Amino acid sequence: MKKATFEENMTRLEEIVSLLEQGDAPLSESLAIFSEGSKLLAACRKELDTAQQKVVKLSKGPDGAPVEEDFLSEEENQ
Amino acid sequence: MLCLFFGGGEDLQQRVFTVSEVNQYMKQLVDQQPVLSDLLIRGEISNYKVYPSGHHYFTLKDGQSALRCVLFAGSAKYLRFRPENGMQVIAAGRISVYPRDGAYQLYCSRLVSDGVGDLHIAFEQLKQKLHAQGLFAPEHKKPLPAYPRRIAVVTSPAGAAVHDMIRILRRRYPLSKVLLLPVRVQGEGAAREIAGAIAYANRFQLADVLIVGRGGGSIEDLWSFNEEVVARAIYASDIPVVSAVGHEPDVTISDLVADRRASTPSNAAEIAVPDQAELRRKLQILAGRMCKSQQHKIDGYDRRLRDLQRKRVLTDPMAFLQDRSMQLDLTQEKLVSAMERVIDQNTRRFTHAAASLDAMSPLRVLRRGYCVAQKADKTLLRSSTQVEPGENISLRLAEGSLQCQVMKRGEEHEESDL
Repeated sequence: MKKATFEENMTRLEEIVSLLEQGDAPLSESLAIFSEGSKLLAACRKELDTAQQKVVKLSKGPDGAPVEEDFLSEEENQ
Repeated sequence: MLCLFFGGGEDLQQRVFTVSEVNQYMKQLVDQQPVLSDLLIRGEISNYKVYPSGHHYFTLKDGQSALRCVLFAGSAKYLRFRPENGMQVIAAGRISVYPRDGAYQLYCSRLVSDGVGDLHIAFEQLKQKLHAQGLFAPEHKKPLPAYPRRIAVVTSPAGAAVHDMIRILRRRYPLSKVLLLPVRVQGEGAAREIAGAIAYANRFQLADVLIVGRGGGSIEDLWSFNEEVVARAIYASDIPVVSAVGHEPDVTISDLVADRRASTPSNAAEIAVPDQAELRRKLQILAGRMCKSQQHKIDGYDRRLRDLQRKRVLTDPMAFLQDRSMQLDLTQEKLVSAMERVIDQNTRRFTHAAASLDAMSPLRVLRRGYCVAQKADKTLLRSSTQVEPGENISLRLAEGSLQCQVMKRGEEHEESDL
């Protein structure tokens, strides 16, 4: 399965919170949802903590398709 | 007059010139004048016409006079606005004679508006045109993605703007990848490069959001972002575009067409991505809400459970049995006493009946001295008339019996004396 994007995780998390806040689900079900929510929270936080922004400069390759090369920002140059 | 032209009197015989010769001579004469070879003329445009050749013809006039002007296609392409009749302009160029017509005119090389700048006019004109064509329509504007994964930046790879943007994108949202499409952002051809990069990003679906812009500069420096080709490319982009040109007060056509306008390149970076600090806060809040609602639910169950626990059947399970046991005892007692009452009653009834029976026993009467007389056929004798003398009867006494023979019958009253 494809790894969920940050956006998908956030969206699902918001869904879970509103589901839990409605409070209609039976306890066992809401515990399962809660545990899913906890995992999503951890995943989102981890993604933020470990993210490393990549910056590339594009140029047109021989076939017209983009070719990436690293682009060093000023911070990295220093 | 003509002698003036030839300056001498060497040949007083009048010479006949052709029209062309005169016009050509006039042209030479005029062209020799330094003042006329490069001058600026202020006036109002009238009779403005553009020919299929690309040359522009018009008349410059003031209150009293008029001057014919031509602007050749080669110079006209540098016009930054579309000249219109009635416009106050300053024309630069040289005065020369057009030999065919024998008329002098201004060969205009540049035309700038007098008063408001010509760029300003061009800007207003393009703005009106694109507005009329719906390029700024709010309903055409696309929302920016909340969490863009790829951000394409169309700007110059040199200059502070690109580094400002990268720094802010990294600080706010390192989850994204930044793709720089390097272009020239000013000078000849820059507009086409910018438009080309926007189209390229769309063709290869390079990003979720596009930032198009440059740092601050003069209106001329920013001019590429006021060109129609850039406006069209932004309008045609399927990828949402954030326009970020110059500083806060600079508004370009790009800003108006783009889905979002940023006041500066740094501001564009802020608009394009969410802030991770805010995201962390949001996650914190979501976590809090999640825990709270779950806690609430658990508390609810907990309360119900405790209410149930407080009930006696659960606090003291033996009580139930004791209750039942006591009830059983009580019932048993009732049963026993009821039984005793029944026995008593019956005993009493029996004693009474026995006593009555005893009282009525004929044996008790016999014991008092009476006897029972019976005929041979066991018929009880109650009257002397029931037997004849000589008949055998039996007498039953309290103890034993006697067989007797009737001797004689007595009177009825005698018998009652007994």
